[in-house]
Amino acid sequence: MHEETVYDALANAHDDAGHWAFGTGFDDPLAGVDTTVPDGVDPADLGAYCLMLGDDALVLAQRLTQWITNAPELEEEVAIGNIALDLLGQARLLLARAGSVGVLGRSRSLATDSIPDEDALAYFRDADEFRNTALVEAPNGDFARTMTRLLVAATVRLAVLARLRESRDPVLAAIAAKGVHELTYQRDHAARWVLRLGDGTEESHRRAQDGADAVWPLLADVFTATDVERRLTVAGVAVDPAAVRAEVREVLTTVLERATLRVPEWPDDARPRGRDGVHGEELTELLAELQGLAREHPAATW
Amino acid sequence: MTAVLTDPRAVAETVTDPELPMLTLADLGVLRDVRVERGTVVVEITPTYTGCPAMGVMRADLVHALHRAGFADVDVRTVLSPAWTTDWISEPGRRKLAEAGIAPPGNAPVRAAGPVPLTLGPTRRTAACPLCGSADTVELSEFGATACKALRRCRACGEPFEHVKEI
Repeated sequence: MHEETVYDALANAHDDAGHWAFGTGFDDPLAGVDTTVPDGVDPADLGAYCLMLGDDALVLAQRLTQWITNAPELEEEVAIGNIALDLLGQARLLLARAGSVGVLGRSRSLATDSIPDEDALAYFRDADEFRNTALVEAPNGDFARTMTRLLVAATVRLAVLARLRESRDPVLAAIAAKGVHELTYQRDHAARWVLRLGDGTEESHRRAQDGADAVWPLLADVFTATDVERRLTVAGVAVDPAAVRAEVREVLTTVLERATLRVPEWPDDARPRGRDGVHGEELTELLAELQGLAREHPAATW
Repeated sequence: MTAVLTDPRAVAETVTDPELPMLTLADLGVLRDVRVERGTVVVEITPTYTGCPAMGVMRADLVHALHRAGFADVDVRTVLSPAWTTDWISEPGRRKLAEAGIAPPGNAPVRAAGPVPLTLGPTRRTAACPLCGSADTVELSEFGATACKALRRCRACGEPFEHVKEI
């Protein structure tokens, strides 16, 4: 039987079993990828690092998705949707990589067996098991603040992924090589908005400046390595976030100056919080939205 | 189903992209390899964009097409590296896109190692109108109905059209 439409094919992807309602229902996204852990690397560290990068992407994707049906114009809504989808794709691969090395926390015992590892990690971990930074977790605020946060988060992530292309873990290196293409246009898109708003009307300038002033303090723990990142950097697998500080400052300063915005004071380095599982109420609320339905109906299929 | 009658590669090459159905996966450059390993057809595909929701459908369509052709054991594998680029869209693929009213991509940007430069100006993408051929076109939105396409409008004939973005 030949499927005439995408929907027929979707419905027939698993002819015998239904799809788990909240995942894609498709096979392992790393199917066929060599997931051997490089020599001398602790799998627990590698998994924890993949959670950090994956959770940043997942949480930011969820934040961006909150703009759907609320964006200022249709084209921008499509743009935000596309960017969120890219990030969700990165999250899926990174969480699958974490699962492939056995880093599943409590999620595996809460999720039913049919749910893939990456979905178990996304839907069945509590806030204290998430490893994202506060930068991606903070509420959106208005559109100007959302775009400023996207600019800052994409600038940091692009700088990290560009270096991660050389990782000794071939899976991370491949995810990074692909992610760099996507982060490049995500960062440019956000930068153009900051430029347009900052160098726009009095009101848009005020909002863009307020956005920058609100987002900059969130950089406090972004450049501080956790013990996991430190060990993996020595092993040639991870990127020490301190190594991207100069590049991030240069890019952000360039954009803000061009946008006629004042560069807020750079915060002093703080100890990692989100990377160690310390989060605000905001993440609990965001996860309730993301996970509520999946947890209510853990074995639902369609 | 009977025994193997055809070349599995020929079968896999007939499978079309779910979002650009005028293109086969081979035209799109997503189909990286088809081979037989100990009686199993091994197909390698690479995602266009990391979050491309069509990957699962491609995988399912490949398995179905090969099953229909009599290949019982099919293993579709993901290849992440090297990352897909629009440069891998074949010449016939570019022709088919244009015939369907979608402007094909130009050359993908060259990416050097090291920090990625910031682009603050308008995107420098250009594309001739696939309907009237005019080069006088303008980008309406960098993001379109699928991750791989931008929306443009032709200043000569006034028609909007989609453009597969270089990546």
